[in-house]
Amino acid sequence: MARVVIEMGNYIASYAAKAARVKVVAAYPITPQTQIVERIAELVERGEMDAEYVCVESEHSAMVACIAAAALGVRTFTATSAHGLTLMHEALHWAAGSRLPIVMAVVNRAMGPGWNIWPDFSDSLSQRDTGWIQFYCADSQEIFDTIIQAYKLCEDKRVLLPAMVCFEGFVLSHTSMPVTIPDQGDIDEFLPPYDPGWTLDVDNPLSHATITPPEWYMEFRYLIQEAMENAKRLIPIVDEEYRRMFGFKHGGLIERYRCEDADLILMTMGVMGSEAKLAVDRLRNDGLNVGLARVRVFRPFPKEEIKGLAEGVRMIATVDRHTSFGMEGFLATEVKASLYGSKNPPLIAGFIAGLGGRDVTFHDIESMMRKAWDWMEEGKVEKEVEWVNLRW
Amino acid sequence: MGLGRGASRGLRDLPPTILSSPKVGSVGRTGSWRLSRPVINYDRCTKCLLCWIYCPEGCISRAEDEKPIIDYDYCKGCGICAKECPMDSILMEMEEV
Repeated sequence: MARVVIEMGNYIASYAAKAARVKVVAAYPITPQTQIVERIAELVERGEMDAEYVCVESEHSAMVACIAAAALGVRTFTATSAHGLTLMHEALHWAAGSRLPIVMAVVNRAMGPGWNIWPDFSDSLSQRDTGWIQFYCADSQEIFDTIIQAYKLCEDKRVLLPAMVCFEGFVLSHTSMPVTIPDQGDIDEFLPPYDPGWTLDVDNPLSHATITPPEWYMEFRYLIQEAMENAKRLIPIVDEEYRRMFGFKHGGLIERYRCEDADLILMTMGVMGSEAKLAVDRLRNDGLNVGLARVRVFRPFPKEEIKGLAEGVRMIATVDRHTSFGMEGFLATEVKASLYGSKNPPLIAGFIAGLGGRDVTFHDIESMMRKAWDWMEEGKVEKEVEWVNLRW
Repeated sequence: MGLGRGASRGLRDLPPTILSSPKVGSVGRTGSWRLSRPVINYDRCTKCLLCWIYCPEGCISRAEDEKPIIDYDYCKGCGICAKECPMDSILMEMEEV
């Protein structure tokens, strides 16, 4: 029987790992992720979750242990945040290069210094090029559903890549909201046991990730790129299949909200993509044709979909909870790159907001959209990159 | 899969990731990297087998009479055996280019 629970986002991630029948969890605690692995440890200890829980001495070891377990052919899970994730950085490359479908919850937290435990995307976005699929969630139901979907996607033989399911610290991780946990039998039907293509086996010895000379290295890298393109095609299909079984849909690659006939579309990620719906409604009430596109998957980046979305749109405003120092927000960069070569591309204004956990309310988002609307009417973006609510 | 041995012709022949079954020379005969080769003077060798223990590549095997034998197909010429030999019975000789 499906049941509704009211718990903080972190515990929802723990329940998703349990529902996915994860067999190995190797983890190291870090704020604001800690409750995910604490709750899993409790479930394993009480015998409610049939998994091996490996206590390790660092996040680097956590990822390496997950790689080893996944190479033995079992479903693995871990969770981390910020400095823990960046300590894993090297091992992230090994996981993706070894084509192991590990799923990891990343509870987004700003990188220090200044030492900060509050949310922004500087931790996960700086792992952009590791070969991991990256999902960004906007509410707790999506956390649960995306973890289940991620295993289904990543274990597909056409993909075989690891995935991060990212959600913002505190705003989601420590906020309780009702979440429907589907019937376990239905989840098992949606997500059958992991069937690995190869495994380490003492009776049939095999090495993986061994030396690969220049004659072949590029070919294996191309296969990762191809798997990412396959994932881009499959993510909306998996999301739709999930909706048919469980009733929840999260937009596939991009969640669109009131984008029909919009002159201006706001593009953002994570909880700002939830908050922005209020701003869109208020502006629509004032007669401004605006819409919202919440980019749910950052890698693979949905550039074709963005190209389609931008047709007939006069202005795109991106809101990045991150910045690439010396350039601009990643979302702004990727959206511009996606639209290169389009006929009559929209103007693009990039906003940087919410770094280090600074609150971004619908009032803030409404101000950004009104500003972008004015620039659209003037036909000129006054400031290509605007840092919102800076205290000068 | 035999990278470097011509078993795979293109990326469609490849597994998703780099996998290899343990076999001799799966990535080629790495002894070709060697600049100088250790040569054992068996007249001085006492068969103490320190060279066999220290060889980091496992390229020294023991014959039936415990005589150490160097496998030049994989010895990279690091010289550890020569350094460790208490009888100075291993000399490093430059490879001809």
